[in-house]
Amino acid sequence: MINYYLTIVLAPLAAAIVAGLFGKRIGRAGAHWITILAVGLSCALSMVVLKNLIWGGATPENISLYTWAVTDGLRMEVGFLVDRLSALMMVVVTFVSLMVHVYTVGYMHDDPGYQRFFSFISLFTFSMLMLVMSNNFLQLFFGWEAVGLVSYLLIGFWYKRESAIFANLKAFLVNRVGDFGFILGIAGVVMFTGSLDYAEVFASADSVAAQNIEVFAGTPWNAMTVICILLFIGAMGKSAQAPLHVWLPDSMEGPTPISALIHAATMVTAGIFMVARMSPLFELSATALAVVITIGAITAFFMGLLGIVQNDIKRVVAYSTLSQLGYMTVALGASAYSAAIFHLMTHAFFKALLFLAAGSVIIAMHHEQDIRKMGGLRKYMPITYWTALIGSLALIGFPGSSGFFSKDLLIEAVKESHWHGDGAVYWIAYLSVLLGVFVTALYSFRMFFLVFHGEERMDAKTKSHLHESPWVVTVPLILLAIPSAIIGWFTVEPILFGGYFGDAIVVRQGPDVLSKIAQEFWHGSFALVLHIYKSPAFWLAAGGTFTAWFLYLKRPDIPATIKSKLSVVNTVLENKYYMDDLYIKGFAAGGRSIGTFLWRKGDELLIDGVLVNGTANSIGKLAGVMRQIQTGYLYTYAFAMIIGLTMLLSWLIWFR
Amino acid sequence: MIGLEHYLTLSAMLFVLSLAGIVINRRNIILLLMCIELMLLAVNFNFIAFSRHLGDDTGQVFVFFILTVAAAEAAIGLAILVVLFRNRRSINVQELNSMKG
Repeated sequence: MINYYLTIVLAPLAAAIVAGLFGKRIGRAGAHWITILAVGLSCALSMVVLKNLIWGGATPENISLYTWAVTDGLRMEVGFLVDRLSALMMVVVTFVSLMVHVYTVGYMHDDPGYQRFFSFISLFTFSMLMLVMSNNFLQLFFGWEAVGLVSYLLIGFWYKRESAIFANLKAFLVNRVGDFGFILGIAGVVMFTGSLDYAEVFASADSVAAQNIEVFAGTPWNAMTVICILLFIGAMGKSAQAPLHVWLPDSMEGPTPISALIHAATMVTAGIFMVARMSPLFELSATALAVVITIGAITAFFMGLLGIVQNDIKRVVAYSTLSQLGYMTVALGASAYSAAIFHLMTHAFFKALLFLAAGSVIIAMHHEQDIRKMGGLRKYMPITYWTALIGSLALIGFPGSSGFFSKDLLIEAVKESHWHGDGAVYWIAYLSVLLGVFVTALYSFRMFFLVFHGEERMDAKTKSHLHESPWVVTVPLILLAIPSAIIGWFTVEPILFGGYFGDAIVVRQGPDVLSKIAQEFWHGSFALVLHIYKSPAFWLAAGGTFTAWFLYLKRPDIPATIKSKLSVVNTVLENKYYMDDLYIKGFAAGGRSIGTFLWRKGDELLIDGVLVNGTANSIGKLAGVMRQIQTGYLYTYAFAMIIGLTMLLSWLIWFR
Repeated sequence: MIGLEHYLTLSAMLFVLSLAGIVINRRNIILLLMCIELMLLAVNFNFIAFSRHLGDDTGQVFVFFILTVAAAEAAIGLAILVVLFRNRRSINVQELNSMKG
């Protein structure tokens, strides 16, 4: 199997190198063929690996391939841990990546950076696979940073746009904040266990949880809590959880295919995957889990609200991604790791679908992204319309769609997570995910109705050019719509209740909400759909959809009235809770003014002025005084010599 | 009887005279050279006086050496003076202050 794993990882890397370095020689067609074939190979082999693990009776493999360095007993290795968790991620990553590769052929059709783009997304696939297949923290960190790098490169793909450069720098900097916590967390792991290997670290997790660390002298904290919160800060950066979410909406400056691949389906879920992978550690710290669930709940609800006031089609989907990532994080905090990974998987499909559909609309609209200038696209773009409808229904959790199973059971799991206590944490989490359903339905169908229904608000020139996108765009849409619609039916039971993940995910007895649901609530996916009327989430989703229909199709005059009535709320939302202002005018400007102060006062005044030039100047001044003695006349020197001689002689005679 | 102390007194007077000549004279550089010669003569006086007083002829031999060297030095000094005059058209001491800081 080792050859399989190596091929899965290295094929996209090789394709990326060829397309990147020899892009001119192999031409545009060569670049897309080699990368699509490589990623297709990875995808096929990943599916074989997954199939072997599920039906072939293959056992999880933990292979160390290469020891990069050994220092003081700490082994830094490259290795693969392929169990059902990573195999699932591999399939999701390579499948969505393959779809995006194909889609890109159509979307980037006449972009001058065609080969570069293919090189980057193949490189991304390699990095993401390194991340999910890693069996140690170092390789995880490598993959973590590599996907961050590719994300940076791709957000700034159109590097001549100032806004793109701003956005990629912002993404890079905000991710640095998260990575700072992440690497401190890894350092903590090494400090307490002396190992980077997952298996060894998890084996000694109990002893770590028994120890304390004094970050500030005199206040001992549980070592595991500190480590887990630091690791989670890394996840907050990568998975764009509040308050480190600000980079994700701006990352929409990149081309749409990468918004789908990196900023919706795969890279941003790396944080979720990481926490699920670290479940043996997180399970030992209730405090860390409480932090996780609170952050997730805040993100899930409040970022969803922002989606309602956005007018850029991609930004609506971006805020929706933030909100759904919040849902996954809440599930992690409720110890329902399987539910988080399940939602990650379904979300990868339907959110990639929604982004690609948005991209298809953008192509048709000649790169107009404002949904107020769209409308009535249904009759021009039937395939995009129907696939976007499937994506939106999956997103709001329409009964039977993939999103329904993942989100409904996720909410159920949060409802059962009483072990956080019935206090504020529990209610924040539960109410956020529940009300978030209404918000999700509202913004999803607001966008859907504004784009595909209602009156046609585009100008005449655009309208005359409207047509369905080419097959390279629509085929990926259809291929993603299929799993978005149906994958929930037959995967929900094994993944959530069938112990699919085996030893990969560890949940302690107390907070094991999923097995509780399995006993009390679960009667098969069909029964769940039939009993939908009992679920508050369903009614909230229906209410949200109805509200969207009423406000944006039936009575399009009302939203303006609401906006003026609730102008305070609207202003806050349109300014995104002033988080950007806080960072840009607070931290960034503060940092700059500290820098200016140190430059002007510290460097120029103190070091240059006082120390360097000051020394020279004072020597010069002293010399200027001394110079006055040198008259240049012979007799003065002679006189000085005589005086000196006299004094020396007097000393010899009288004082010796 | 003229004793050692008279010679030493004369020598000291000559020395101080020449010293005063160096310090007070601010015009002519030739006078400076002459004053230096005079200083050497004052020192020679000391040598001879002590040689006589102690009955040791070595001191007188020293005097010959000093006179020889002084003659050579005077020749060199005058030669430098000529060159100096050629360059600056002046042997005024007060104008020779290019070493002023």
